Amino acid sequence: MALLEAKDIHTYYGKIHALKGISITVEEGEIVTLIGANGAGKSTTLNTICGITPAAEGQITLGGKDITRTRPHEIVALGVGQAPEGRKIFTRLTVTENLEMGAYARSDEDGIKRDMEYVFTLFPRLKERERQLGGTLSGGEQQMLAISRALMAHPRILLLDEPSMGLAPLLVQDIFHTIEELNQAGTTILLVEQNARMALGVADRGYVLQTGAVVLADRAEALRQNEMVQKAYLGGAH
Amino acid sequence: MNDAQPQPGSRLPAFINVRALERRWRRLSVTDLVVWGIGVVLLLFVFWRIVLTFGQGAYTLESFIKNVIFGLAQGSIYALIALGYTLVYGILFMINFAHGEVFMSGTYIGFFVIAAMEESGFLAEQTLLALLIVFAVGMLSSMAVAVTLERIAYRPLRKAPRLVPLITAIGASIFLQQAFRGLFGSSTKVYPHVHLYALPQLFPQLEDGKGMDLISGKYDVQFALLGNDVNLVVQPFIFVIFIVALLMMAGLYWYVQRTKAGKAMRAVAEDKDTAALMGINVDRVIVNTFAVGAALAGAAGVLFALYTYQVTHTMGFIPGLKAFTAAVLGGIGNIPGAMFGGFALGFTESVAPGLLSIPHQLKDVVAFSMLVLILIFRPTGIFGEVLSEKKA
Ligand SMILES: Nc1ncnc2c1ncn2[C@@H]1O[C@H](COP(=O)(O)OP(=O)(O)OP(=O)(O)O)[C@@H](O)[C@H]1O
Ligand SMILES: [Mg+2]
Repeated sequence: MALLEAKDIHTYYGKIHALKGISITVEEGEIVTLIGANGAGKSTTLNTICGITPAAEGQITLGGKDITRTRPHEIVALGVGQAPEGRKIFTRLTVTENLEMGAYARSDEDGIKRDMEYVFTLFPRLKERERQLGGTLSGGEQQMLAISRALMAHPRILLLDEPSMGLAPLLVQDIFHTIEELNQAGTTILLVEQNARMALGVADRGYVLQTGAVVLADRAEALRQNEMVQKAYLGGAH
Repeated sequence: MNDAQPQPGSRLPAFINVRALERRWRRLSVTDLVVWGIGVVLLLFVFWRIVLTFGQGAYTLESFIKNVIFGLAQGSIYALIALGYTLVYGILFMINFAHGEVFMSGTYIGFFVIAAMEESGFLAEQTLLALLIVFAVGMLSSMAVAVTLERIAYRPLRKAPRLVPLITAIGASIFLQQAFRGLFGSSTKVYPHVHLYALPQLFPQLEDGKGMDLISGKYDVQFALLGNDVNLVVQPFIFVIFIVALLMMAGLYWYVQRTKAGKAMRAVAEDKDTAALMGINVDRVIVNTFAVGAALAGAAGVLFALYTYQVTHTMGFIPGLKAFTAAVLGGIGNIPGAMFGGFALGFTESVAPGLLSIPHQLKDVVAFSMLVLILIFRPTGIFGEVLSEKKA
């Protein structure tokens, strides 16, 4: 049984039909990536999984349990953590407070403390900035905080929405390195990326989205070799 | 990007926003000029009246001290109510115009309890305990009203245009007033005169040796200050109001800054969707916010009634409007701003009429003129930040 399964989901923003029957699965321990152009529906897919923009039709299950109509905060408690697009750090909360919010649904104080130490070893820069307000962090630090904050929920699956957005190439390398590291430590990851090259480099499998529908689904290496993917998302010659 | 250039004068204190002033100067319209003109005229008027008052020697140190002390009580009440407006605005960007009635409801229901306790003699026997019960009832009743209001009147409209909940709030305000009138009549209810004696050793000369009456006591105090003889009638209750208000504000500060629920409140105020992604139950936090604001208003109401002795179904209207003014004064949505605004308004209202040699009845005019001045010269309020695109 897949850890996360979305079956034929449709999502609307008012009259805008943003997801037109998307089906994806993520197995335990995998990194799966969603790639696609701007407006393809990648973020909407993640937000539909999280219950922020609930699906009008279709079904989403987590470990076999139906979460299609579950409310967002309950979905988090069931084990879905998201680092949203644009990081969405709480700018007026300190770094520590942001992390505490990530652990909001939990009550195991010891486990929370352990995870906080864990994310600080993952991103020592955050440890140095513990008491600083989120809004005063650099873009890269905010991304580290966003990932850490999502990890603080101790999720069964981590959703990352464009973690490389707006970061310098070196930092992008770092972030992708961390993503692999997290995965090797056992975290299942669903990764949305514009940077298809990097994403397909770390992922096991991938889906290509176009105007609200899945147009390709395959193993990551196969997608890298795919002519259409190369032309549209890997910049052709490279 | 010309934005990135270093700005001249960027080291000035943050509240003098040179760039914003420059921008306004460039886009100056006739309306702006008229509005600023009105502001300047008002300021000149104030200045002129103050000079006149002092010229006549009509303002004594005695009346100044008297007014400052009264301003303390008034400011405390305004600040406590203003916090409710600001808390809700900070989270929903909505003015809860029924907040004055939330204040009234707690006071009103508290009245029935204190009246019953007076009847049974419990109030006289166990005064402190009885007072604590009245406060608890007042606060809980206000909370119940506010939470019900949120659930049935505001929550269904959360996605509606912002004008809609505003109008609903005004409707709710009228509804509550009329409901209390319908249920309990329009006559004024009279809060009992409560006597709470304290510190008999320290004040053996007062109240036949029972000590100082903290609630209803009035004592003559005479002293000399700066060569003036000052004769005052001091009510200890004013200081009780002030201290209770300070304690409640300290409690609020602790709640918002240190507790998990308070941090969640700040997170929800900043970004509801992201807060939900953290596992925060946004609806629950919104209910908490209404409840906390209402608890402060309920406590303010009981203090107010113990001071004025009067309860009516319309008693929330003026204090509500004043507290709203105070919240705007401090920068609506800003918690320290509401506290500051409350005290600033309380003091100004109390001190200004004498200072300007205008009748004391005009204190409401003073309060609302202050609002106008603030809105002209600093539209975001004293502590307010410029609203971001998203909130505005
Ligand atoms: N809040 C919204 N209201 C209305 N339409 C929206 C909203 N959010 C997204 N959309 C629309 O839904 C579609 C999918 O958007 P989505 O944000 O999921 O795309 P995306 O693949 O994440 O794009 P990007 O790579 O730019 O982040 C787009 O056509 C977009 O315009
Ligand atoms: Mg997106």
